[in-house]
Amino acid sequence: MVQSLDVLQETPSQTAGPYVHIGLIQAHAGMENYYDEELGQSPIEEGALGEVIEITGSVYDGTGWALRDALIESWQPDAQGKFSKQDGADPKVHGYCRFAADAETGEFTLRTVKPGRVGSRYGVMQAPHISLWIVARGINVGLQTRIYFDDENNAGDPLLSRIEQTPRVQTLIAKKTGEGKYRFDIRLQGDGETVFLDI
Amino acid sequence: MRDQDALMPRNRDIHPVPYDPAYKTSVPRSPKWALVSMESSASEEFGPAFGHNKFGPHDNNLILNYTRGEAPAVGERILMHGRVLDENNRPVRNTLVEIWQANAGGRYRHKKDGYLAPLDPNFGGCGRTMTDENGYYEFLTIRPGAYPWPNRGNDWRPMHIHVSVFGSGFGQRLITQMYFEGDPLINHCPIAATIKDRSQLDRLVAPLDFSKSRPLDFLAYKFDIVLRGRRQTMFENKLEGL
Ligand SMILES: [Fe+3]
Repeated sequence: MVQSLDVLQETPSQTAGPYVHIGLIQAHAGMENYYDEELGQSPIEEGALGEVIEITGSVYDGTGWALRDALIESWQPDAQGKFSKQDGADPKVHGYCRFAADAETGEFTLRTVKPGRVGSRYGVMQAPHISLWIVARGINVGLQTRIYFDDENNAGDPLLSRIEQTPRVQTLIAKKTGEGKYRFDIRLQGDGETVFLDI
Repeated sequence: MRDQDALMPRNRDIHPVPYDPAYKTSVPRSPKWALVSMESSASEEFGPAFGHNKFGPHDNNLILNYTRGEAPAVGERILMHGRVLDENNRPVRNTLVEIWQANAGGRYRHKKDGYLAPLDPNFGGCGRTMTDENGYYEFLTIRPGAYPWPNRGNDWRPMHIHVSVFGSGFGQRLITQMYFEGDPLINHCPIAATIKDRSQLDRLVAPLDFSKSRPLDFLAYKFDIVLRGRRQTMFENKLEGL
């Protein structure tokens, strides 16, 4: 027998199911005052430094139907590329948000500040991005992806550079639609399937 | 171990398969192409922190929290408790644990749930708490009922509690479900069966725990949760820009 390792294994995931809103985003489930304060309502407070932006999109399944029940979490640094625990981080940027696809239209909106660049272990800075985590009924392990921006310099980003099929890079890039406004659609499967990540 | 230490890559073999025809909704919602893997970066290694100050006194007591202490929920009273650890076998301290569940009859307080079991006017069905210095958490709740769901002709969910955990980095984010020891429906559930390794599914089954049960009050079930660990090495590449 060899020695044993002093490590555990991660707990297996299970789908968040159709009623995830009760657990994580009570107001969306029609339970406005369940808690004194619901978590993750906005990634920023008024007065956050940087450009305030609004990202709108939908999560489409393999048939092209926009999910009405998707729940998304976002996580990002402030405009200087500092996360909320780091020294010198903007106190008005918590960086974390929970939002859901609209039950009627399937559309979501994230209002935040444009993130700054953050580091990597590859000797280069990463292009500005927002990390996403998507859960819903039928998604057995939460899906990780990222939002990059079409008006930023994304050349040399270590993650985007890993995507062999160059056209697929576009699935991670939000398209500017107006002043401070972007469109970012997520396709779970099929034509234009979003690049999902294992990071 | 620091927040900016690299996360250990996920072992996808222990997790459910994304695509499983027996769980019909997974068919159009599972990506077809391989995930793109990369070593973690600050974006995954840092994560949101939540303060105790935002929490109310009954947040981890589902028997009382819907009525804010006015009237108890109907059902079999249970204590759900355990520890949040990481793969390095260290407690995950001060991390957020959230749960949601059906009532004793198997009905959720959600506008999309039309099951004929009645709502309990004194039960909301969600709770939240922070782990303590040892990674320990507990919820007082009622045992949720099994419920039928539209999938194949006659599919039923075993009794279960949905669990959401954070950790210290966003890349550790996990949602899972706790099942109950001895529930015969576990063996018939296509959602449980998305985990193909039975020994891994068994890790989601909470044993009855008399050591924490209180006489004449409640039974206890123990549910430990393990999040991704962080790589520890003396030869660490510094994150560029930190
Ligand atoms: Fe459920």
